[in-house]
Parts: sequence; C-alpha cells; structure tokens
Amino acid sequence: MVIGVPRETSAGETRVAATPATVRQLVGLGYDVVVEGGAGALASFDDDAYAAAGATVGSAEQAWRADVVFRVNGPTVEEIGKLKDGATIVALLQPAIRPELVEALARRPITALAMDAVPRISRAQSLDVLSSMANIAGYRAVIEAAHAFGRFFTGQVTAAGKVPPAKVLVAGAGVAGLAAIGAASSLGAIVRATDPRPEVADQVRSLGGEFLSVMELEVSADGYARATSEDYDRLAGEMYTEQAKDVDIIVTTALIPGRPAPKLMTADQVALMRPGSVIVDMAAAMGGNVEGSVPGKAVVTDNGVTIIGYTDLAGRLPAQASQLYGTNLVNLMKLLTPERDGQLVLDFDDVVQRSMTVVRDGERTWPPPPVQVSAAPAARAEPARADEAAPAREPRPGWVRYAAIAVGLLAFGLVTALAPDPLPQHFTVLMLAIVVGYYVIGKVHHALHTPLMSVTNAISGIIVVGAILQLGEQGDTVIRVLATVAILFASINVFGGFAVTRRMLGMFNRG
Amino acid sequence: MTATLIFGSIDTQSIATASYIVAALLFILSLAGLSRHESARQGVAFGIAGMAIALAATIALATEDAATVAVVLLVVAVAIGAAIGLWRARVVEMTGMPELIALLHSFVGLAAVLVGWNGYFAVENGDHHDLVGSLLDIHHAEVFIGVFIGAVTFTGSIVAYLKLSARIKSAPLMLPAKNWLNLGALVAFVVLTVIFVISPSLPLLIAVTVLALALGWHLVASIGGGDMPVVVSMLNSYSGWAAAASGFLLGNDLLIVTGALVGSSGAYLSYIMCQAMNRSFISVIAGGFGIEAAAAADTDHGEHREIDAAAAAELLTEASSVIITPGYGMAVAQAQYPVAELTRQLRDRGIEVRFGVHPVAGRLPGHMNVLLAEAKVPYDIVLEMDEINDDFADTDVVLVIGANDTVNPAATEDPGSPIAGMPVLRVWEASNVIVFKRSMASGYAGVQNPLFFRDNTQMLFGDAKAKVDEIVGALVAERVPA
Repeated sequence: MVIGVPRETSAGETRVAATPATVRQLVGLGYDVVVEGGAGALASFDDDAYAAAGATVGSAEQAWRADVVFRVNGPTVEEIGKLKDGATIVALLQPAIRPELVEALARRPITALAMDAVPRISRAQSLDVLSSMANIAGYRAVIEAAHAFGRFFTGQVTAAGKVPPAKVLVAGAGVAGLAAIGAASSLGAIVRATDPRPEVADQVRSLGGEFLSVMELEVSADGYARATSEDYDRLAGEMYTEQAKDVDIIVTTALIPGRPAPKLMTADQVALMRPGSVIVDMAAAMGGNVEGSVPGKAVVTDNGVTIIGYTDLAGRLPAQASQLYGTNLVNLMKLLTPERDGQLVLDFDDVVQRSMTVVRDGERTWPPPPVQVSAAPAARAEPARADEAAPAREPRPGWVRYAAIAVGLLAFGLVTALAPDPLPQHFTVLMLAIVVGYYVIGKVHHALHTPLMSVTNAISGIIVVGAILQLGEQGDTVIRVLATVAILFASINVFGGFAVTRRMLGMFNRG
Repeated sequence: MTATLIFGSIDTQSIATASYIVAALLFILSLAGLSRHESARQGVAFGIAGMAIALAATIALATEDAATVAVVLLVVAVAIGAAIGLWRARVVEMTGMPELIALLHSFVGLAAVLVGWNGYFAVENGDHHDLVGSLLDIHHAEVFIGVFIGAVTFTGSIVAYLKLSARIKSAPLMLPAKNWLNLGALVAFVVLTVIFVISPSLPLLIAVTVLALALGWHLVASIGGGDMPVVVSMLNSYSGWAAAASGFLLGNDLLIVTGALVGSSGAYLSYIMCQAMNRSFISVIAGGFGIEAAAAADTDHGEHREIDAAAAAELLTEASSVIITPGYGMAVAQAQYPVAELTRQLRDRGIEVRFGVHPVAGRLPGHMNVLLAEAKVPYDIVLEMDEINDDFADTDVVLVIGANDTVNPAATEDPGSPIAGMPVLRVWEASNVIVFKRSMASGYAGVQNPLFFRDNTQMLFGDAKAKVDEIVGALVAERVPA
C-alpha cells in the first residue's frame, strides 16, 4: 500500500507527519511512501532527504490519492474530498471538540484515525502524541520564558557582581510540567512545582525541582481524609499569592480533559509579580490558567509582567516535533501491520485501535466505548510494604535489658569482691582495656578494616611475652620445648603481622 | 636476682613493668592511629615500637638468670619465627590476605594452648609455691580457660584458612543438632573445669584440649564461605581473648590489656559485619548462625538483557558519573588491575568514577579496599555503603563486578526473601546497571537476584577480568584515531 504525506495547510503549522528517518522505517514495514514536494521545508527536511530515504517526492494530488494519508492537523472539507474511496487518514482530528469534522469524514467511504484519541494505557505509550508533544512544549515554554526574561537563569558570582538564580514555579507536574521542570533546572534556576497529586512529588524531585504541597491532608480516625475542594482552592490561591511575590517565572500546565482549563491565577495575583517577570500559560488554547493570557500572543501587563499564551509551543521546535510525531505514526503502523507486508489491518478487538478510530468505512464510530485506563488503581490496593512484613527481630522490653545488665554487673561485682588478691586488679585492667579498645576501634575508617585486623593480629602475638617468661623461668625440658614452639609461632605473628600491615598501608594512595 | 643499677630500687622487674605500661599505651595509640588514612602508617610505627619495647624488656627479664640453652632456644625460635613471618608477609598476594590472617590467628591460638599447658606443668613441677588455697584453684581454672579459648581459636582459624584457600569445601557442614553439639561442648567444658580445679590431672587437660579443638573445628565448619568476613573478625576477637586469658594465667597486665584491645576490636568488627548482614550478633558468636538453605521461590522474573563489551564501553563514555560495586567475584577473577585501569581511563575523560563497597564484600572486613589500593585506585573515591547509597539515583552507569547478594533488591523489597532486611547497595536506582557475571547462577545465599531482570539492567557474561580488559581495550581504541 501507499502512504501519502501531503503538506500541512493550516496557518502557522510548521510540522510534518513524516521525516526521512520515519520514512525509512515505513518503507521497512513494506509501504511505498509519497511525500508532497516541500512538505518538510518548514521543519528543515528537504525533498532530497526524503528521496534518499526511499520516498517518492510527488505532487499534492499524488499524496492525497494514497491508500493511507498522514497528516499532523485534520483535513479541511475540501481536502476530505481529495481522498480516494477506501482510504485511511491519520491525523490529530480532535473529534471531541470538532464534531463537524467527524460528520464531514463520515460522509465519505473512508477510515479516519485520531492520533489524539489514543487511550493512555502503558501499551499505547509509544503512540501517545499528547505526551510527545507536551514534552516538547514544556521544554519550549521554558525557552520562551528565558527569551522574554531579562536575566540569567543560573546564579553567578562575577567580578561585576553577584547574579542571583532565577526562581521558577511550574504549576502542574504532568508530562509538560515535568519537561519544564527539567529544562528550567538544567538551565540553573531554582525550580518549584505544585500539583494536586501528592504522588508526583518524587518525580518532581528527581528532575531537580522542589515540590510544594498545597495542603497537608488531615488525618481523621478512620485514616486519611481529603479536605473539600473549596478548601483546596482557597489554600492553592494563598500559595499562588505567596509565590507570585517571590518567583520570577511561572509556567502553568493545568488541563482537564474535555473541560476549559482551570483558572489558577487571577489578575490581582499577576499584579503582585515583579516587573520583568514572565508567565507562560500553556493552557491558553483551552481558555488559559492565568487571567489575562491571550491565545497565540505574548502580552505585557501594566506592571510589566509578560504573559505568553502561545498555542504552538511544540511547533516551535518543528524538526523535533515532526520526528516524535512521525515516530508515533511509525509505531501505529507497526501495530496496524502485524505481517510487516505493507497491508494495513484494523483490528476492532484491540482497545487501542478501537479507541482512535473515528470513522470506519464511512461509518461513524465516535465516541468509542470507555477504556479502563490502567490496572494501576487495582494494584495500588495492596502496596507491598516491605518493612511491615520484614522479619524484624523481636524487640525485648526495656526492663529485661536493664535487668540483665544489672544482674551481670552484680554477678561481676560479687566475683571480683570474692576473688583473692591479684585477680581484682586484673579485672580492672581487663575492663578498662575493653572499654578503651571499643572506643578506639569504633572510629576506624571502613577502608582500614583489613590493616586493622592484621595489626591487631600482630599485637595479639604479644602472647610471645608469656612464652618467653616461661622459657626463662622454667628448667623443665617439656616446658622448654612447648615454650619454644609457642615463641616460634607467636614470632611469626608479630613480625608477619606488622610487615604485612606496612605493605598494605603503603598501597593506599589518595587520588 | 636484684641487679642493682644506678638507683637501688630499680631492678629489671620494675623496668619491665614500666616498659609494659609504655608498650600498652603505644598499642592503644597504634589502634587509634589506624582510624584514619593519614595517621595509619604512624599507627603501625607505634605498634612496632610498643612490641619492640615489650619484647626487649621481657627478654631482659627472662634471660637475666636463665640457662644458656634457654637463651639459645629463645634466639633461635624468634629468629626462625621472624624469618617465616617476614617472608610470608612479603610474598602474600593481596587476594590471599584473608587466608594469611586466618592462619596467623591460629598461631596465636596455638601459642595460647602451649602457654596454658606450660602453666599446668609449672605447677606440677612445684615451681609456684606461693600459690596456695583458692589462688591455686584460680590458677587451675585459668589454665583451663586459656587452653580452651586458645584451642577453639586454633582449630577454628585452621578451618577458616582451609575454607578460604579452597582446600576444603566452603559449604557449611550440616551436622544434625549442631547447636546442641556446641552447647554440649560448653557444658562439658564447665564440668571438666570444676573437676580439674578439684583434682588437677593431665588426662583432664588433654580431654579439654581435644574438646576445644573439636568445638573450634565444628563452629567454623558449620559456617559457609560467604560469612567469612564475620568469622575472620570473630576469630580475631577470640585470639585476643586467648591472649588475655594467658595474661590472667601469668599475672601479666600487658597480656591482659593487649588481649582485651584485640578482643574488643574483633568483636566490634564482627558486630559491624552482622549489622551489614542483618544478623544477630549473639547467634554469630555462638557459631553456625548461617544458613537454613532456604530455596528461593521459583518465581518467573522475566527476561534478562545482554550487552557486549563494546556496547558497555560506549555506555560508559556517554556517562557523566559511574559507580563500581565490586564483590568477591572481582577478587576471584583477579580483576582489580583492569578495573583500576578502567577507572583511570574514565577519569581521564572527566567522568566521575567512584566505588561503592558493601561492608561484607569479599572475605575479610575491608578486603575490597585493600585490593583496590593494591591496584592503585585512590582511596578517596572508594566509599562505604552508607556514604554512597543515596547517590545511585543520580548515577548514569553502575558496574556490578562480582557482587550479587549485596546488590539484591529483594533484600529491601521482598519481605519473604531469605536476605530480607539486609542492607544492600541500591544500584537499581541508577539509570543503567551492567552486571558482570559468569552465568545466571544465583549468589552465595542461593537467592535469585531480581536485579538481573530489571529494565535498566544489562548482563555482561564472562570472566570479569577478560571483560573489563575488553572494555578498556575498546576505550583505548576509540581514543586513538585509527
């Protein structure tokens, strides 16, 4: 079958649905690819590169007459007419908010797949355009903010004075928010992030951000209780008021599927920000998170705060966005071409394919049946708490330990009191030496444990002293023989132990 | 016997006593010096000085009015012992350090046994007329205790030596009712001691020696090879107590002080090792604390991924921080030199390389540090588990070389695992983990390692030394433009 990649016709669209790299993969799946001349020009892919990758560079007519048509944006009514009967079109169709487009598509005997309707289950992640575009957009949001912001992101100490680091607040730690956190912190800014979901805190920290929790959940007798949403909104509002006075840059990413974007910041709060501060409202297209943001434009408020409401943030990195979108499409084709023979097969039993199919052979199939998004909630019901079940040693009650210590001390005291003369002194010496030994050894660096062992080993060869005394004092032959053997072995210890310790220590070098 | 020197009150005995105090202080300074790298060499010097002073004073005291033959025997024994000791110290391989140390412990044990026997013979020969009544009883008890501890240390260390040098199988000996055997031996020792105090006789002394030798053998034989760090430091402790017991026997404070220092140091090291393996200190001291050979549940962990040396080299060059976690396998494969070379190559490229050493890695406390030092890895990049465990999450590549149980995530995540609760190096938090391994066999504890099946783990099969050499080769080849 033939895949056609026509040029994008929407105003301001810079992306293209296939790049030379993805064309090569599509050819590998058994498809012929026709790319309209100049389709990749705005994304810096020229026609020769497509040709070199195995595509045919043709006219718009040829691309639209293909069996499968790849687009970034949905077609116009006129473009739908160019499709041949039985063709399949794959694009960001926005079926939920553009019912008239779905109607128009259903009037033709064609099949239409919406890339933005991929269910968010882990198996479909490789097709998830919303994630791949949000990632790019989050990065670009920070770059736009840096462009509009009149200062460094990173703190510096220079001969001309000290530069404080910029403070960035990211609202919403989804894909776009996390990308923004990562980009801002790698530029050197101090990054804070907030999200109603406390479980994303670790992800925020892993990218170098500080997680601001809007509220501590109150604990009630039956476990954790969530406060009401009014409480939440009030506390969130207080937090934004506080942060607005402190931070230099705010990136908002809050979106609720199928609903207008939530208002996070009022004009009053924006007015609290310092002149020169920048807000990037990534939800501007959906009504905006920030009061005063204008979709597609950067506006400056009366107090000098720039509010950026660009809706084409992903498209501002056209080559990257095209590559990721193209790869999403390749992954879709891998799914739809199980035999890798260039024949597209649509399997309605597969929830991924079913969900994204808006029109099949002229028959409207939107909206799809709801999808159980993931198995995670079920699994979360029984989180493995390792430390709970771990076979912890039975802690003995405190009094048992104290009683044992008391009994031990008493017994020792009695023995010492009853012992005849030289013994108590020896016990004193022994006890003091044990305590001294414990404290001296306790400070030893772990790397020196082996030298410590060999030196204590050499020192314990001190037993040679006992044997020497016995050899000197006693005339008995048996004693002499035994003492001599003891001296011999203990001497090996003394000399060998010290020598090997010296040898080992000689090898330790600082880097 | 009073050799009057300048002052009438000073004789060899008082000089010896004074020397012993100085020697004891020098030994304490020696151990204190060993606590830091900077002062470690000085510490050894203190130890040598202390030993020299103690020996000189003792020899002066002993030879003052001794027979010529005794002096000759003394000189010959010390000379031979010194020659053997210095020779062994010079030729020993650093990988063979655990064996050497275990063997040296056995010598202290043997010497303690012999000193104890001599203590008995001295009384039998009627040399200690001053010992009467309870003092004589105490003396007999001291003989027994000294011989007992010494003999346990002796055979225990011999078995440890044989296991470490692979002359006998390192698998734990599993006699039926082994704990009762140990307990029975202790009870028998107490009973024999009481009888011996009442009526001393040579057969009893022989009996207790044999009993203690058997107990020492059994204690260590029932402990497996992987627990050797604990065993060796435990024997270190025992050898100290043996010396201290001899000190009681001879009424010599220097022996008591030194023995107690060594004894508590060994006990403390054992304690650290036990913490690192989440085991009870008491059960270790009791011996045979090891293994209930718990067969790991045969769960399906999924597929592991393989990587080759060239790809590993590429991964390393792209990393900005690398941590290497060595284990006993590195010592077995003698891979410390290639590993050091790899470290140098990576550091030359500006890649941060550090080592994470688990407290029980190897067969001796601090064994890995010695091996890495031998290969000229700077000691300040070799870090302890607690120092490095929080850094794995920010690390690009972790190389696991010859370690298995010490990097097993099951210890923290699977409460049913036999090694549950044991502190481990959290290597799996790094972006990439490369495991050097000969095959997919499970580690010493017989526990399958889920690390090998993680998404961020890749296995590099083969001899660790050869594979590290290959990676170094790939790095060098890439550097020199062809």
